[in-house]
Formats: sequence, C-alpha cells, structure tokens
Amino acid sequence: MKPAFSVIFLTTLIGAAQGLFLALFTHQSYALLGLLPMQSDAFYGYGSVLALLLLVGGLVSSFFHLGRPERAWRSATQWRTSWLSREVIVLPAFMAVVFLFGVSHLSGYRPEVVSLPDGSIVDLSSVLGVIGTLLAFALFICTAMIYACLRFLREWNSPLTVINYILMGGASGFVLAAFYAASAAPDQADFFAGWAIIITLLAFAGRWASLVRNARLKPKSTMQTAIGIKHPRIEQRSMGAMGGTFNTREFFHGKSAAFMRAIKPAFLILAFVLPLALLALGMFTPGLLGLAFILQYIGLLAERWFFFAQANHPQNLYYQTIG
Amino acid sequence: MTQLALVIDLNVCVGCHACVTSCKEWNTSGSAGPLCDERPYDANPTGTFFNRVQTFEIGQYPHSETLHFPKSCLHCEDPPCVPVCPTGASYKRKEDGIVLVDYDKCIGCKYCSWACPYGVREFDEKQKVMKKCTLCVDRIYDESMSEADRKPSCVKACPTSARLFGDIHDPESAVSQAIREDGGYALMPEWGTHPSNHYLPRRKTKLKIHKDELERADNPLKVDGQLPKPGKGDPSMDDVSAW
Repeated sequence: MKPAFSVIFLTTLIGAAQGLFLALFTHQSYALLGLLPMQSDAFYGYGSVLALLLLVGGLVSSFFHLGRPERAWRSATQWRTSWLSREVIVLPAFMAVVFLFGVSHLSGYRPEVVSLPDGSIVDLSSVLGVIGTLLAFALFICTAMIYACLRFLREWNSPLTVINYILMGGASGFVLAAFYAASAAPDQADFFAGWAIIITLLAFAGRWASLVRNARLKPKSTMQTAIGIKHPRIEQRSMGAMGGTFNTREFFHGKSAAFMRAIKPAFLILAFVLPLALLALGMFTPGLLGLAFILQYIGLLAERWFFFAQANHPQNLYYQTIG
Repeated sequence: MTQLALVIDLNVCVGCHACVTSCKEWNTSGSAGPLCDERPYDANPTGTFFNRVQTFEIGQYPHSETLHFPKSCLHCEDPPCVPVCPTGASYKRKEDGIVLVDYDKCIGCKYCSWACPYGVREFDEKQKVMKKCTLCVDRIYDESMSEADRKPSCVKACPTSARLFGDIHDPESAVSQAIREDGGYALMPEWGTHPSNHYLPRRKTKLKIHKDELERADNPLKVDGQLPKPGKGDPSMDDVSAW
C-alpha cells in the first residue's frame, strides 16, 4: 500500500495522546489508592491540555486524507458495520472527555460522586478518567481494527495489529508523560519512566512478533486465482493503461527494496532501542526524556510508514506490467 | 432475488477494448458527471475507468497463449467494500444486487478501494470521490430505449458477444445457463466474496476427423455418377444433378 502521511500523523499523534491520558489517569488512580502522592490539579490539567493538543493535531491531519472533507460529518453514520465510522465517533468523544477531565482539574470543580468504604473519595475527575480510559482503549481498538479487519491484507489481519497499536501508542504516551513529569513534577518522573520502559519493551516484543509473522506469510491469492487460469506460468503483458491508474498509485509504495530493508532496522532502533536506552539513562533528566520522546515519535512515524508499505494488496496481481 | 451480472467469455474475447471505450463514452456523458481524465492528450495520460482489458501471456513461447481479460466491478454477492464505508455511500441494491456509490455522499477516504481485493474501484482525482462500474444502471431501466438497448454499454459494444448480461439467480437465464454449462467461474474464490460476474474459461476447439470419415457412407459422389450431367450453362443442383 502507499502510505498516506495524513493517516501516519493521525495514528501516531492520537496514539501518543491516548497513551499520555492513560499515563496521567494511571498516576491519579495510584494516588487515589494512596500508592503515590496526589499531584496538583495543574499537573493533571495541563497534561490533559497537552493530550488534547495532540488529538487536535491528529484530527486536523486526518482531514487531509479525505477527498471531500466538507462531508466528513457523514462518516459517523455507519457505526454498525464500519470500524472507520466507529473511530469517527469515538475520537471526538474521547477528545470531549479529555477536555472535561482537564477542565475539572484546572477549574478545581471536582465534586464528590461516591465515597468508598475505606473513606477515600471518588470525585468527578476520577469518573471522567475512567470513562476516558475506556474510550482511549476503544479508540485504539477502532483505529487498529480499520486495518486488522481487512481479511485479504494479511499483514494487517491479525490480533497483533490491535495489540501493537495499543502498546506503541501507550509507549509513546508514557514516554511523553515521563518527560512532562520530569519538567512539572520531577519526583514523579521515575513512575512514568518505569512504566514507559515496560510498555516500550512490550511494544518492541509485539512489533517484533508481527514482523516475524509477516515474514512467514504466504500469499493466498495468486495469478492463478486472480484470473482463474490453472497454469504455473502466467505473465502480465498489459494492464490496460499506459500512464498509470489509481490502482498503480494507491497500492504500491514506490520505494526500492533497499529502502524497505533499511527502514525496518531504522524504526526498530528509533522507536524502541534508543528510547529504552535514553529512559534508562535519563530517568530524571528532562532533556534526555524529551529526546527519547522525539526520537521514538520519529521512529513510530517510520514504523507506521513501514506498516502501510509492507501490506501487499491482492489487487497488485492485476497491475504488474504497464503496456 | 435478482442479481444482475456479467458473464465474460474468455474464449471469445479478442482484446479489442471496445467495451472499455464504450463504457467510458456512456459513463462520462451521464448525469453523474464525467469520468475525469488528466493529461488525456499528453505524456502519461491517466483517468477514471470502470472497465479495463488486460492481457496475459500463459505458458512459455512457443507453447504460449495470449489471454485478454476484461475486468470491472464483479458486483459481489457479499461485497467487502460495502460494510467498511463510513458514510453509507457504497451500497448494494436489494432489488437487483448492483453495487453502487452515491457520489453525493462519498467523502473520498478510499477505504472501500482498500477493501476490494480486485482493484476495480477507481478514485476520480478531480471530483475526489470513488467511482466504479454501475452495470449501466442508467441504461438498463431506461424505458425510453428500445428493449434491445437496455443492456450495459460494454455488452452492446462487444463485437464478438463475449459479454453476456442477465440475472444469475434466475436458473433459466442465458447467463445462468452459460455459467452452468460452460464452466463459469469466479475470481479469487478464496476470499468468500462470491463475485456475481463470472468468467467462461478458454476452450480448445479441435476437430478430429477419422480416416473412415473422409468418405461419407452416403457419399454424394457415388450418387453423382448416376445423375445426369447438366449441360454447360445449365444450373446444377446438389443431389439432383452432377457438378
């Protein structure tokens, strides 16, 4: 497939935002249970603002993918069948909850909703945090299922796609949270950096597993099934057009095999190895954590590019030879 | 339930592209607006087509055959492109099984084209919406046309009648008979899309004449000898006069 930069930015930006929100609320939950010191409202509030900015960036980027963005509102109608439609509903819902979570903290409006038997109080921000957590996971699932549900794009048609979207988004968000905490609440940075290391390791393992899986895939569709002729040697002589078509532009990444070979170790190093090293080295240094986030984000952009480029669409069987 | 479809006889197709040009002509002139082209008279012309004829070489020279292969939307019975559409612009008609795109609802996200294993949907780069074969839905029900013209324009244009059109759910229709009796098959059956369009395979047409058939048992030559030889300029007649 031809990787579209609008979708690459959409999926990486909202992934980081979801991860950041999950990180913030994880910390708040720990604090609620008395495992960590509760931070100021400003810490959680401005963290949500940061997540919201990333989400807006992703949303804006997604519009560049549409031929007719003015009709985008229509895409919320087919949630019964289309994962894309579900994503279109869940993304704004998640944004709204992140916004309200931030408002609840920044305005200090945190009325008690329920008090637990041990005396701890569940306030409005915690309720919003739980809803936001559910929506963050729902959004990960929707985004990943857009790709994982296409059964003949076999590189994507795997539970690993969903797992990896969750893990890579989570890793990116927790690294950003570690950087944010190192600047805003330095004594909490190790909590976020610790989780960032664990999730980045898991994401590394998950992505590695999908690379291994995809390397072993054997195509189900062949030239023989594509045109229904049972002869071992079939070669296309003409695709019916000389100057290229939508089918030659949309479904081929157009890069050399050497480029494809080079980008795989590049994204593995940038997205997983270097951030892990920087997290371990600079657990308390905002500069190194910031660098870890930026390098990992660039690595995830490359990862997403590779994710799209590696998928080999069966329609390509019909578009091999110009003539 | 009706399921309109094309049956394409690969044994007869000569690869003339008449179906491609007639399709383009009809569908670029319709009320839905043109099928846009870019650089049509320049280097690297490209444009939107519903139908393409591709050519394959099967086997290795000198034991090879050329196969011309017309390809358009197969109007699958279980179309994978329809449920993924976020706007409902892509839909399959209940009454006749045609898969259509509502160009006024399409947002141009191209997701349906990703979900089609056959690569038969083409994005119109000027109108920014997805387009595909309509089975000439604006022809086949047009009562201002004569009955014989109410067929997709590719079917009307084919000089060798390689394209049949009809209801594949009606066992008596010509298309059902062709599929049943001439080995009609579907493309990429492995994905369970159940394409409605079928293809008839190439067939070897061989005439084997045995030696004893060279001389007919009722050899007219034998009869000829017994018949009166007509005079020069007189009309001759089979079995009545000698040549």
